[in-house]
Parts: sequence; structure tokens; C-alpha cells
Amino acid sequence: MSQSQPSRSVARRVFATEFNDITYTFKESDEERAPVYGLLPTGERANRVFIAGTLTETQDVGGDSEYWQGRVVDPTDTFFVYAGQYQPEAAAMLREAEPPVYVSIVGKPRTYETDDGEMNVSIRPESISIIDDDTRDRWVVETALQTVERAEKADEHPTEYATMADEQYAITPSAYSESALDVLEEMEESHD
Amino acid sequence: MEDLTQQAKSVHAQFDEHLDLDVDAIESRLETLVSKYRIPPEEAQRSLIENYREEADLNHDDLDPRSNNHVDVATIDEDEQWIDVRVKVVELWEPRSDAIAQVGLLGDESGRIKFVSFATSDLAELEEDSVYELSNVVTDEYEGRYSIKLNRTTSITEIEEDIEPGNDHDDQTGALVDIQRGSGLVKRCPTDDCTRVLQNGRCSEHGEVDGEFDLRIKGVLDDGTTVQEVIFDCEQTEELTDITLDRAKEIARDKLDTGAVLERMEPDIVGRYFEVTGPKFGRYLLVDEFEQLGALSADEALEQLEVTA
Ligand SMILES: [Zn+2]
Repeated sequence: MSQSQPSRSVARRVFATEFNDITYTFKESDEERAPVYGLLPTGERANRVFIAGTLTETQDVGGDSEYWQGRVVDPTDTFFVYAGQYQPEAAAMLREAEPPVYVSIVGKPRTYETDDGEMNVSIRPESISIIDDDTRDRWVVETALQTVERAEKADEHPTEYATMADEQYAITPSAYSESALDVLEEMEESHD
Repeated sequence: MEDLTQQAKSVHAQFDEHLDLDVDAIESRLETLVSKYRIPPEEAQRSLIENYREEADLNHDDLDPRSNNHVDVATIDEDEQWIDVRVKVVELWEPRSDAIAQVGLLGDESGRIKFVSFATSDLAELEEDSVYELSNVVTDEYEGRYSIKLNRTTSITEIEEDIEPGNDHDDQTGALVDIQRGSGLVKRCPTDDCTRVLQNGRCSEHGEVDGEFDLRIKGVLDDGTTVQEVIFDCEQTEELTDITLDRAKEIARDKLDTGAVLERMEPDIVGRYFEVTGPKFGRYLLVDEFEQLGALSADEALEQLEVTA
């Protein structure tokens, strides 16, 4: 007998504008350790994301213990990344990084409510890697493609998550799809 | 006559929408053909289906997709198709829920596929290494991976013929999003044919042994919609990380820590894109060849989208 199938969550590819619009999270089971999913406005659940961009700034925002904040900019907006004592490798990475530098990050979306009642979302990193511009460019194109695909699917064959997104969010999937196409067109022009 | 009951259920399912049939009645007709007229069960089922088809005034095509298309498992690429397969049980896994009767891996010459049968279907149990003709199973897709589900109408016939399940040569592209425990410089049990990776100097089978050094990377490739666990062996790991086994031993010696090797490797490979090919073995793809991937052309992406739009 071997072990049963792994059930690791996939790392969604999502631009910062869409990621930062995640305000709704949910669990699919009552178990305490059940995965928490962020609902992507393009109608998909995300327990994990893979993002890339330029790390522009790092800052220790912690009190007694270190708590590192990183800002990672993609063609659409800025991701906020936080790593503390429970993410020692990622925290060390942010402490030692010399911005600006290209990074890719595997991590989990975490939402929190601000004092004025607004929902904010950030990334809790599992790993942060310094990458070259080819890897970063690949991510941008891949993410644009997958954003458009998600939006198309939400439109043509809506899943329960697409329905959920329709109920929870004011911005439609097509808006993210259009913004993804703009990113591709800009890239194409800059390479000409 | 457990098999005849299953066959009767399968026939019943095929004509469900067309004729008002009764499983017991079908079974007794099958039984007559088999015990009285000595017709092999499969032949009896076929002739009965033929009778009902005429009775319902249906063409062969009308019975599709349930008219038992024999399918190679590696070619399965559509959800919810009713098919027949001729397969060997490669592995049985521990079901994680009481609702599941059996879960595991089936294989034919073309490749391997996961299967599930449910407790409520009340089917005969499949045995590891046995070969079966499974009629009326249904395909299932989850995040791009296919499996087959047995159901109450599935007929299970054990057959004598042996099958050598194929190792699909798979090709997987994605970002290396994680490296698992037991990667880097590891020690393997030197006992004949064991080669298990030691945990704290112990083999789970042979206890404390003097291990032999080896390199490997167990990682996860993720393309945004599916994940695939992959293993780079010593040779592939040397090529991937640019660190040879000898160099790895030096690093471990200098730092008095074998873990230092993986720490040195990780920053150069995690969070990058790779294309790997190799045979699949259980849940792992064993890397024969790999390539690190560079930029994608925005131009081509736009073309691709215009085609699909
Ligand atoms: Zn051993």
C-alpha cells in the first residue's frame, strides 16, 4: 500500500490588482485546519498564489520581534508581503535583499480588517526567490493568459466560485481580463 | 451470480432512458442464456443488448456514449464519458473516507489512471496485480487530472491475460514552487535492493545502518492549474544545481551539516520555471530530462488569445 493522493493546493497566477481586490475568504470544511481560500474576483478559489515582480522596498514593521514588509510591484499594482518569526527564511530574504530586485514568491493570501473596517489582503510567503528578468517576464505573460482564461470560463462555464464572485464582488471578471490584455499589449510594444 | 447481477445492472443503465426494464428480469434472461444455453456471459450480455436495442428501435449510435467504447487509459481526456477499460490493478491506496470502498491506480499498456469505487455501489473488490475488464465506468476530471469512477452499473470481470502497465512519458511545465523533505544530500540504506533514504541514520526497514551518500531533489511543479510532484535523481540534480555529489559532500563536511547542501541549492532553483519529462511512477514524475524556461512572447500570447476569443 502506498500513500493516498496528495492534495496540495495549486498556486494561482494573479496580478496585483486582482489579488488586492480579494475581500472574501472561505473554508470548505468545518475542520479547524481546513484550508482557507481567498475568492478571486475572476471566479476561482485561491489557497496559494505564485507571483513575481520587482521588490521595491523592505521594512521591519515589527515591534519586539522582527516583522518584515516587502512591496512587490507588477505591471498592474503592488503586492504586500509580510514575513515574521514563523517564516524565518522569507524574513531573512527580505532583511538581506537589496531592492530593487526581481523576485518570485510562493505564498498564501491573508486578509485582515483594518481599523476603519476595510478589508486588506497580503501575502504570507512560503518562499521568496531572487529571479532574472526572463523568469519575471514569463510570469507576466503566463498570468495574463491565465487571468483571461479564468474570466472566459467564469463567463462561459461558471463554476460555483464564479457564482460566488458574482455575488461578492462589484467588479466583473471581464475588467481583469481587459487589464491583462493591456499588460500584454504594453509588453509587446516595449519589445518592438 | 454476482457477475450476472452486475452485468444486468450495466444493461439496465444503458437502456435507462429508452425502455422500462427491470434489473431482475434482465438478470434472469442472462442467466437463462448462460446456464441453459452455455453462452459465455459477455456474449450473453452482448446479444441481450442487441435484442433490447431492436426493441427500443435504436441505432448503435443512440446508445452512445454508454455503448461501451473500449478506451486506452492514456487517451482519456474528457469528463463524464462512459467507457470500458481492460486494466491491471497497479496499486491500492488507503481510502480517506468511509464513503470510498476502494481507491488506487489502474494501468493498461498505454498508461496509468487513478480509480475510485464507492461504498454505496456495492461492487466486488479489485485485487492488486489482477487484470479486469471494467465495463461502464465513468471518467472524471479534477483540475486537469483524469480518473475513473466505478459505479453501481459497472461490471467487473476478472481476466486471465496479463498486462504490463505502461509508464506514460509525461511532460510537465511549471514553476518549482516547493522542495520537499528528503532532498539535497541524502543517505541511502546500503542493504541489497533497499536504497531507502535514511532518517537520522536509520532505515525504516533495516534500522541503523552506514548509509551511502546520494543527491536528489523532490519538488513540486505547479502550472497554475495542476501540481505535479517530481524527483530529480543524482545525475539530474547535479545538472539542475551545478553541484556535484563530491562537491556536496565537501560542503556538508565544511559545515558539519548535510542540510547545508540543500540551503545552497534552493535559492537557485525555487520559484523558476522548468519543463521536465520522464515516466510517472505513482504520484511522482521521475525526471529524465529538464529545461529551465525563459520568457514567453507577449506577441504569441496575444495571438493565442485572439484564436480562442
Ligand atoms: Zn534498508
